[in-house]
Amino acid sequence: MPAVSKGDGMRGLAVFISDIRNCKSKEAEIKRINKELANIRSKFKGDKALDGYSKKKYVCKLLFIFLLGHDIDFGHMEAVNLLSSNRYTEKQIGYLFISVLVNSNSELIRLINNAIKNDLASRNPTFMGLALHCIANVGSREMAEAFAGEIPKILVAGDTMDSVKQSAALCLLRLYRTSPDLVPMGDWTSRVVHLLNDQHLGVVTAATSLITTLAQKNPEEFKTSVSLAVSRLSRIVTSASTDLQDYTYYFVPAPWLSVKLLRLLQCYPPPEDPAVRGRLTECLETILNKAQEPPKSKKVQHSNAKNAVLFEAISLIIHHDSEPNLLVRACNQLGQFLQHRETNLRYLALESMCTLASSEFSHEAVKTHIETVINALKTERDVSVRQRAVDLLYAMCDRSNAQQIVAEMLNYLETADYSIREEIVLKVAILAEKYAVDYTWYVDTILNLIRIAGDYVSEEVWYRVIQIVINRDDVQGYAAKTVFEVRALQAPACHENLVKVGGYILGEFGNLIAGDPRSSPLIQFNLLHSKFHLCSVPTRALLLSTYIKFVNLFPEIKTTIQDVLRSDSQLKNADVELQQRAVEYLRLSTIASTDILATVLEEMPPFPERESSILAKLKKKKGPGTVTDLEEIKKERSSDMNGSAEPALNATVVTTPSPTEDLLGLGPAPVTNSPPPPPTSDILLVDVFANPAAAVAPLAPGSDDNFASPDLASSEVVSEEPADTVHDADELFHKFVCKNNGVLFENQLLQIGLKSEFRQNLGRMFIFYGNKTSTQFLNFTPTVICSDDLQSSLNLQTKPVDPTVDGGAQVQQVVNIECVSDFMEAPILNIQFRYGGTFQNLSVKLPITLNKFFQPTEMSSQDFFQRWKQLSNPKQEVQNIFKAKHPMDAEITKAKIIGFGSALLEEVDPNPANFVGAGIIHTKTTQIGCLLRLEPNLQAQMYRLTLRTSKEAVSQRLCELLSEQF
Amino acid sequence: MIKAILIFNNHGKPRLSKFYQRYSEDTQQQIIRETFHLVSKRDENVCNFLEGGLLIGGSDNKLIYRHYATLYFVFCVDSSESELGILDLIQVFVETLDKCFENVCELDLIFHVDKVHNILAEMVMGGMVLETNMNEIVTQIDAQNKLEKSEALSSHDSLSAMSRSWSYPYLSNPDTTGSLNLKRTHLFPVGKNKAKDAALSTPPQL
Repeated sequence: MPAVSKGDGMRGLAVFISDIRNCKSKEAEIKRINKELANIRSKFKGDKALDGYSKKKYVCKLLFIFLLGHDIDFGHMEAVNLLSSNRYTEKQIGYLFISVLVNSNSELIRLINNAIKNDLASRNPTFMGLALHCIANVGSREMAEAFAGEIPKILVAGDTMDSVKQSAALCLLRLYRTSPDLVPMGDWTSRVVHLLNDQHLGVVTAATSLITTLAQKNPEEFKTSVSLAVSRLSRIVTSASTDLQDYTYYFVPAPWLSVKLLRLLQCYPPPEDPAVRGRLTECLETILNKAQEPPKSKKVQHSNAKNAVLFEAISLIIHHDSEPNLLVRACNQLGQFLQHRETNLRYLALESMCTLASSEFSHEAVKTHIETVINALKTERDVSVRQRAVDLLYAMCDRSNAQQIVAEMLNYLETADYSIREEIVLKVAILAEKYAVDYTWYVDTILNLIRIAGDYVSEEVWYRVIQIVINRDDVQGYAAKTVFEVRALQAPACHENLVKVGGYILGEFGNLIAGDPRSSPLIQFNLLHSKFHLCSVPTRALLLSTYIKFVNLFPEIKTTIQDVLRSDSQLKNADVELQQRAVEYLRLSTIASTDILATVLEEMPPFPERESSILAKLKKKKGPGTVTDLEEIKKERSSDMNGSAEPALNATVVTTPSPTEDLLGLGPAPVTNSPPPPPTSDILLVDVFANPAAAVAPLAPGSDDNFASPDLASSEVVSEEPADTVHDADELFHKFVCKNNGVLFENQLLQIGLKSEFRQNLGRMFIFYGNKTSTQFLNFTPTVICSDDLQSSLNLQTKPVDPTVDGGAQVQQVVNIECVSDFMEAPILNIQFRYGGTFQNLSVKLPITLNKFFQPTEMSSQDFFQRWKQLSNPKQEVQNIFKAKHPMDAEITKAKIIGFGSALLEEVDPNPANFVGAGIIHTKTTQIGCLLRLEPNLQAQMYRLTLRTSKEAVSQRLCELLSEQF
Repeated sequence: MIKAILIFNNHGKPRLSKFYQRYSEDTQQQIIRETFHLVSKRDENVCNFLEGGLLIGGSDNKLIYRHYATLYFVFCVDSSESELGILDLIQVFVETLDKCFENVCELDLIFHVDKVHNILAEMVMGGMVLETNMNEIVTQIDAQNKLEKSEALSSHDSLSAMSRSWSYPYLSNPDTTGSLNLKRTHLFPVGKNKAKDAALSTPPQL
């Protein structure tokens, strides 16, 4: 007897549906629907309270209308009302409406949650099931907040019915997916793991799904599930097909559960416990063995179910990648499927083999199927399957078979579906480059690629071939010859991309083939120019650049080229870019001397090695994950297998990006420490075409404007790096020569103040760091750095400060200073911290100068001059004559000399306008007597400063320091 | 995870759509159209898997479908599902429908959208497979029907609706003129003796 009896429907609903179906036109249908919507609306709004049956009927009608693609903007309230009905039918239709027409209307969500809460507490398994279904279907954050704590309890409670447990497990899974933060891990997790042992296979299946997802995020927490899953799997696999009764599907015992368990095991590495591991291996072998047994039924469902388990087992074997024996068996099994008459199996076999190809144990085994795969490419009727075959060929490609695979892909490209051509082009370009031993082969392949599928060759591909030709001088002559050939530029219908490549290469290396009378300069030029008028503006612009390069390469055709440039179609071209180029090139060729031309039009410098932009494009096209993983695994593995045999160009896959690389369409380039390339290499190929402003760049490397943008870009990146640029706050620094306290540095974020005192050769400095913002500074680390020279003459001891500086707060750091011997430089104070999201890094000179260790010495005029004379050795005296920077006020000058540290000796110098001072510099090792004399000349606004000390370096330094003060 | 389950007929008319990931109503309709476009142009006897359309997530998702008589059953799944497993699930779904409706056809899906949803809800919940055992599913549905019946009998107003011997328009006059142009085509071919086994023994793609 059918489970749904046909007599219990709702008449109104059936009539409505029939009406709709009888509508002869779309308009009539819309009219009928609008009529019905109006009717329902009025019923819902009417005074008469509707009974449950009518509500149910109308809600069903709304559902039907919604399915036809019409918006339903009312009825939600009625549906919510149905939830609180005690009748199953009404409640159920209410829930159905909610889960089909989910609405994030928060008021409703609260009402819905309330109804759900009641049903969950009802202990009626049917109602609980409905409520759990609703949560799982809507799965909103509000619901997670309301029920994420409750559902685990239902799930592990001893008295919960099996069907409710099943629903609770999946409901929890759904909530975990949408709001993992709201699902607390706890005691229940271990009990969930034990559900793997449950009697009811439905419960086990649901629990396995839940655990798989949880284990991906919390592998440790669910580690115990591995052994339980293995033993469960083992019981299923070894059972007679009748043991599991209802869960046997077409003679296959519990296929879904097996698949789920195998998936769960793929979250973990191979089990460490040898017993568990042995049991698992046994299971996998049994599954592989069963594949060889004759089918127990001819029905497709039987083989489907059996193979679903088999493919999952193979996935697990590949995931573990540790049992060579199993891997090879898996590969053989897939090899059988490659020739199976079921298209589905061929598809899946190709797909699985793709991952198998990256395992070192099976890579060789996969390669043996190359002929079958190539055949699939040629004969499969289904484009999905052919696409998988292309993927597999790409994955199994290595040096040994690259030429064959690339040739086959090129072959296929001629007839390939339009939808996958671009992808194949990218793959061919990558393989050709990666496995090129002989670069002439590479050039041939790419030119073929452009010939066959020119429209699908993206810019990245032809940029790349030019980069490679320019970087490898062994292939340049061949490239020039090839582009010139009959099959390339000379072909009657040559693709514009080929004109671009040809134009560029001949412009650079046309001279290499000019010796051959068949490709003399004039013939080259005429050939290119014959394409000129058929090309788009960017290509014409490129060709104009080629022409001016020809002027340099082949002076003999200069006049011909000038004639072309001079023609009205160039000089008066409607396109500004073309016109400008023509005018500028013509002018350049007329006025510049041969030498200048040769410099300006020099051959392009090699491009910096970088990640192939083609690979980047393929990754982008295929979405993250697919290509990346495979490529990386392959790269890792292949370095093991092929060792140093990897082609040199493979290094290009390893990134050495510089900030300017974006120009090649690489997207955001990772920041590196590598210094920006020298300006000439900034002129990337692409500039010529992509950016009209920079178009002249390669011609005039001297014009700085063209480099401005890449340079700016690079310096911006560099500013994120530890900056070596000391804030040369010289003014502030020099202020401290004559004083000990004050503000050393200040910007919008930070103020640094100093207080210091010195006695003889010792000193102590207090540094105050003030946070001027209202935001915390994090990782605040000030460091005092002394150069190597300085370290031997100055001992500095600092204590670390608290790494966090609150907004508006000030922290203090003490520096203890000992002067060992005389010194020249100042130590540097480097401060790093994080403010908001950005890393701040600044350096200032710390004003610890030699004069700080001055002790003034009073002496009489006689003593002074006596010592002055003693220090008459020319090396002991340093004199500086300089212009006054400040008003020449005698009192201020006196204060400065005292501040400098020496004694100011009155009535010593015969000229009262002069200032003299004396003092001793104290260092740990020696004491150095110093005499100074400052002679102002008010008329000339000049000073003459003379320093005499027993040590030349000290005289020099003191003179420098003091000269800055006046 | 199953992202969406779609059923539409050979003309692209949706018969059931169930999304387990949130999309706007407009996008849902667009996804149905896009999926129909992708699936319907494929030959019979090609494989049952293809990369998903752009709207539903492109190549990260797969469409796994089966074509039964007038209807396409399409499951859109991510990479965590086994392709063949889903294919079997579609088969279980259709076989269950067939058991519940007795020789199910497109019309049953039209007139009993709610029932189809209920049956599906017994199998898939929140995008995960809940139950695959057909007997278990049918038992649940039977229990629901019994509940419904008992409620119907105890309620006067619905009894009045129920007591009519309602004859279904599509049974007596199969309409071929309506805009939907439907025939009563069974999803499983019905043998002369209407033996279930015979119906199931033929490959599903017809």
